[in-house]
Amino acid sequence: MPEPSNTAPTTTVTAPEAPGVQPGQVEREFTVRERSQWQQAGRRFLRHRLAVGSLSIFLLLVVFAFLGPLVWKYKYTTITPDNSVGPRLGHPFGTDNLGHDLFAEVMRGLQQSIKVALLIAVLATTVGALWGVFSGFYKGLVDASLMRFADLLLTIPQLALAAGLANHFGGTWWIIGIILGGLSAPYVARVVRGMVLSLREREFIEAARALGASDMRLMLVHLVPNAMAVVIVNATLLVAGGVLGETALSFFGFGIQSPDTSLGLLVSAGQGAVLTRPWLFYFPGLFIILFALSVNFIGDGLRDALDPQQTRQRR
Amino acid sequence: MLAYTIRRVLISIPVLIGSSILVFIIGKLLGDPLESLKLRNPPVPRHTIDLENHRLWLDRSWPEQYYLWLKGLVLHGNFGPSVHSTDSIRGELGSALTVTAKLVVVSVIVAVTLAIITGVISAIRQYSAFDYSATFMSFLFFSMPVFWFAALLKAGGIWYNQNVNADTFGTIGDKSVLIGDVSFSDASFGQQLGNIVGHMILPTIALSLAGYAAWTRFTRASMLEVMNSDYVRLARAKGLRSRRVLVRHSLRNALIPLTTVTALDIAALLGGAIITETVFQWHGMGNLFRTGLQDKDVYLLMGWLLISATIVILFNLIADLLYGVLDPRIRHA
Repeated sequence: MPEPSNTAPTTTVTAPEAPGVQPGQVEREFTVRERSQWQQAGRRFLRHRLAVGSLSIFLLLVVFAFLGPLVWKYKYTTITPDNSVGPRLGHPFGTDNLGHDLFAEVMRGLQQSIKVALLIAVLATTVGALWGVFSGFYKGLVDASLMRFADLLLTIPQLALAAGLANHFGGTWWIIGIILGGLSAPYVARVVRGMVLSLREREFIEAARALGASDMRLMLVHLVPNAMAVVIVNATLLVAGGVLGETALSFFGFGIQSPDTSLGLLVSAGQGAVLTRPWLFYFPGLFIILFALSVNFIGDGLRDALDPQQTRQRR
Repeated sequence: MLAYTIRRVLISIPVLIGSSILVFIIGKLLGDPLESLKLRNPPVPRHTIDLENHRLWLDRSWPEQYYLWLKGLVLHGNFGPSVHSTDSIRGELGSALTVTAKLVVVSVIVAVTLAIITGVISAIRQYSAFDYSATFMSFLFFSMPVFWFAALLKAGGIWYNQNVNADTFGTIGDKSVLIGDVSFSDASFGQQLGNIVGHMILPTIALSLAGYAAWTRFTRASMLEVMNSDYVRLARAKGLRSRRVLVRHSLRNALIPLTTVTALDIAALLGGAIITETVFQWHGMGNLFRTGLQDKDVYLLMGWLLISATIVILFNLIADLLYGVLDPRIRHA
């Protein structure tokens, strides 16, 4: 379990004075540079080749989704004179029967999916972490009522609930993000509560309390940062799950609505054409997989990197 | 064990009641059931709207509505009035549930079996080529949208049927209307069974995948933990055959947490079933929910949500009881 790192002086390991060394002169065998816990985690992460590769793919996808539409010659709404053409020079991903350029549509769809997924992760993590910390910290009645409510929310299939709410409240990306994020918060709350229940009995909390820290300070300054490793890994899982949730919702017809587009809508539109115009089906689907896969691998790398017990060198 | 069982069953009752309140409130949030009636052109007479309002209990307060809904449910097994005055919500939910249950049950069995087999092999041969490829596959399946994979399987099935010129895979519905020239109900039992199985293969694969990916990782992790424990080392040191150590001492203990995880994932699996059914056009729970949303049939939606919630609560209960059976420490705690 990571604890807040305090700035320690540079550790210098000195070997016992070897014969032949002048008295008073220290022979430095090796030195270990001081590194904060986050620096250590960062180094461990960078050694994880798959995770680093996934991070670069993730960043490329973000650039593609957000900067691509600015430079690409077609907009996702443009109707080009070429309809139903396969991938070719002017249209790298081909076009649909109306002449929409699929390359532009995929960029837009990916952009919407990324926005929704990040909103889900941020919202669910923030709400869930506070929910869990309050619950675990106060225990008793607060804990019981907050957690029973989380349990109740978790008994209802998330997709159905999200579809119903999105159907009623409208299908813009941020509403979908808020709905899915809100519904994912109980998962985070459960995890964080579990951590807080054990953390709150530790000495450093007792020490902070003895120094007169308020409840708020204990929770936000001492407990939350210590649960951070788990929360961060969970957040990456939420991003991957969020993309899958949003696209499923859009595929189902209750997510992002046309004329805007999303990867789920594109797959839904292309599913009838798998055998005749396969590009309409494969490209949007492959981008969903690529995005979700890269985020999942990043999460895996972070899990290993943030685990202080992790000593195994990655091959 | 009896005391433990009774305690657990009793705990489920308030959860069920809380769930019904939550479901009712959500149902109320999902829209106005008379919306389409009010927007109809030419306008519907005021009187008709009032009558519908009364029939759907909308002229009462929420607590009253909830009371009526729950009373009908508990005393008569009625799920409340549908916006289509002739439809019985119970009948619709019942037939949809049997269709979906078939898919979910078979998928869970397939997914769990495969997950245990690959998870155990991965754990025994940790860091082998098999382990790495199984890990990669599970990451891939975990990142693959169910609807995309289902649509891909469906297209593959159609392609295969066309090329072989047979109808090996059913890709629409859970059974054919006609088998050859005879209607489904007139066909022989063997033909009926073959037809149903043919329709189930692809949706089952699609739905199993997501569960499989998560459960195989879990089996592997849980198996590794057990295999590194002291009692397994002791079992080996006693000179037990490695097969016995593996099956009796490691696997049995490693599978205990898997029962819980599987039961808890049922809610997510129901969500996956909605998607799979949509792609393969089954008339199951997914289809029912979709039409319910389109018609703003709130009591149908409430009934739907309540049934899924009940199933999830039931599986949580089963998981807890199984945990008690498998692990004596739990029931004596």
